[in-house]
Amino acid sequence: MNWAVITPLIIFLLIIFAVGFWSNKFVLKSNSFLEEYFLGERQMGGFILAMTMVATYGSASSFIGGPGIAYTQGLGWVLLAMAQVATGYFTLMVLGKKFAIVARQYKAITLIDFLKERYKSKTVVILSAASIIIFLFSSMTAQWIGGARLVESLTGLPYTTGLLIFAFSVLVFVIVGGFRAVALTDAVQGVVMFVGTLILLIATIKAGGGVPKIISDLAAENPNLITPFGAEGTLTPAYVSSFWILVGIGVVGLPQITVRAMSYKNSKAMHSAIIIGTIVVGFIMLGMHLIGVFARPVLPGVKIGDTVMPLLSMKVLPPFVAGIVLAAPMAAIMSTVDALLILVSSALVKDVYLNYIKPNAGDDHVKKVSFSVTAIIGILVIILALSPPDLIVWLNLFSFGGLESVFIWPVILGLYWSKGNKYGAITSMILGMGSYILLDRFYPNAFGLHTVVMPIVLSFIGFVMVSLFSHKKEAAGYLKIEK
Amino acid sequence: MKHTVHPLDKRFKIAHREALIGVALVIINFIWWYGFAYGLGSDKVENYTYIFGFPAWFFYSCIAGFVVMVILVILTVKFLFKDVPFDEEEGDIK
Repeated sequence: MNWAVITPLIIFLLIIFAVGFWSNKFVLKSNSFLEEYFLGERQMGGFILAMTMVATYGSASSFIGGPGIAYTQGLGWVLLAMAQVATGYFTLMVLGKKFAIVARQYKAITLIDFLKERYKSKTVVILSAASIIIFLFSSMTAQWIGGARLVESLTGLPYTTGLLIFAFSVLVFVIVGGFRAVALTDAVQGVVMFVGTLILLIATIKAGGGVPKIISDLAAENPNLITPFGAEGTLTPAYVSSFWILVGIGVVGLPQITVRAMSYKNSKAMHSAIIIGTIVVGFIMLGMHLIGVFARPVLPGVKIGDTVMPLLSMKVLPPFVAGIVLAAPMAAIMSTVDALLILVSSALVKDVYLNYIKPNAGDDHVKKVSFSVTAIIGILVIILALSPPDLIVWLNLFSFGGLESVFIWPVILGLYWSKGNKYGAITSMILGMGSYILLDRFYPNAFGLHTVVMPIVLSFIGFVMVSLFSHKKEAAGYLKIEK
Repeated sequence: MKHTVHPLDKRFKIAHREALIGVALVIINFIWWYGFAYGLGSDKVENYTYIFGFPAWFFYSCIAGFVVMVILVILTVKFLFKDVPFDEEEGDIK
């Protein structure tokens, strides 16, 4: 065991716990338990809002997977990753004030509340709850596995122990503190991610002998590494550009991001979050992926991409500082998992249980159900992560693009197009998810674009056509009745 | 058939304008990113020029592009975005 590395990680965990228990005070005091537990009473300020968006969005792939691919592909992959700068401002600007105002008018606490009020359709509610529960549950399991592997590789503990340590840390603060704890710990984690990126970037450039030296080393090894086309010249402009849909503008449709766009206090908070979010997300994405590329001359011959970032930190930093930097991916995974956990719990408690099973439950009862549902989901995920079934691994592949194709149009057109109706929404949800899974199986990367592009186009067409058609029909029906 | 559940609201006018600004920014962002990356980067590697050690396409597209977007975002938020109240009944914020 390498205590110099582990000590900063333990300190980090203790801070996270402290925030969780501090938030619990608000949960206990609040006079509107549901709004506090699942939305932090819409009290998020600008800095917290920006950080919780960035931290929820930045996951294992930004710190472990992404830099690993950048290591093999070169600067072309950094170019691709930079599509994510758009998420920093686009999501909040587009959902924006309209979503905040309408969500308050509807008294919506979850994304599904919003859709339920907007479309007045049980089918929409059930489809949304089902996609959130199934897909986020599996991506939560996948992140959980990533977290456990990280603990395993850092501490040398066996996988099961790593998993239990990781899971226990997350569960404790989410269960007791709810959304407020999730958002506040996200802020701590976002800062850790930012600082970790900065330290490691500087140390790597130094270890590689400066940027010009690193770039010429890369060019000497394989000139393609410093072109936008990837190590084998396989990254075509069309393919790379289509990531603007998957990781740029499509993020508007991710429920874990959307729910944050109704959690903030006022328009000032939103304004500063747009600025802070853009800077932080851009810096982390640029920095981490650049680190991956720069690692190549410093640390040649790494076979497994996922190990580039931990190995590099241990090599170029003194142990104690490496511990601080390695808290960053840990923070990234935790902040994604906690957001998913509270979201899945809200879908079950608020959208399914209170809507259809026990609509007139008392406050105490709701409290008990919320705490225990969150805990049960957590424990289920642990059991699944201990020996992940193939189904979970398979579902996780679809969760990001799949959720985007399901939710993007019902949310956006629901907000900005008054003719959109429930028939359009249902069509676009089914079409989005169905075509995503089918295309991924049988015709991936159609026209050289990422698989997510076609389903988003199809579900848009479906939404508009069906809404217009059924609108006319209903209008005709109404006219008849009036006469 | 009542599709518009929300009352006509002049706050929505502001909101719609700002959403369009968001779309415009993404388009500018994309053109800048794409133009420099593939405009300069498609050249042969031997003909590349370098800025602060980075290939010029990468410097302009990813690093300068990021800085430009941050500046644009700050300017739009400061000068074009308006403060609006979210609740009908104001006050009551702890």
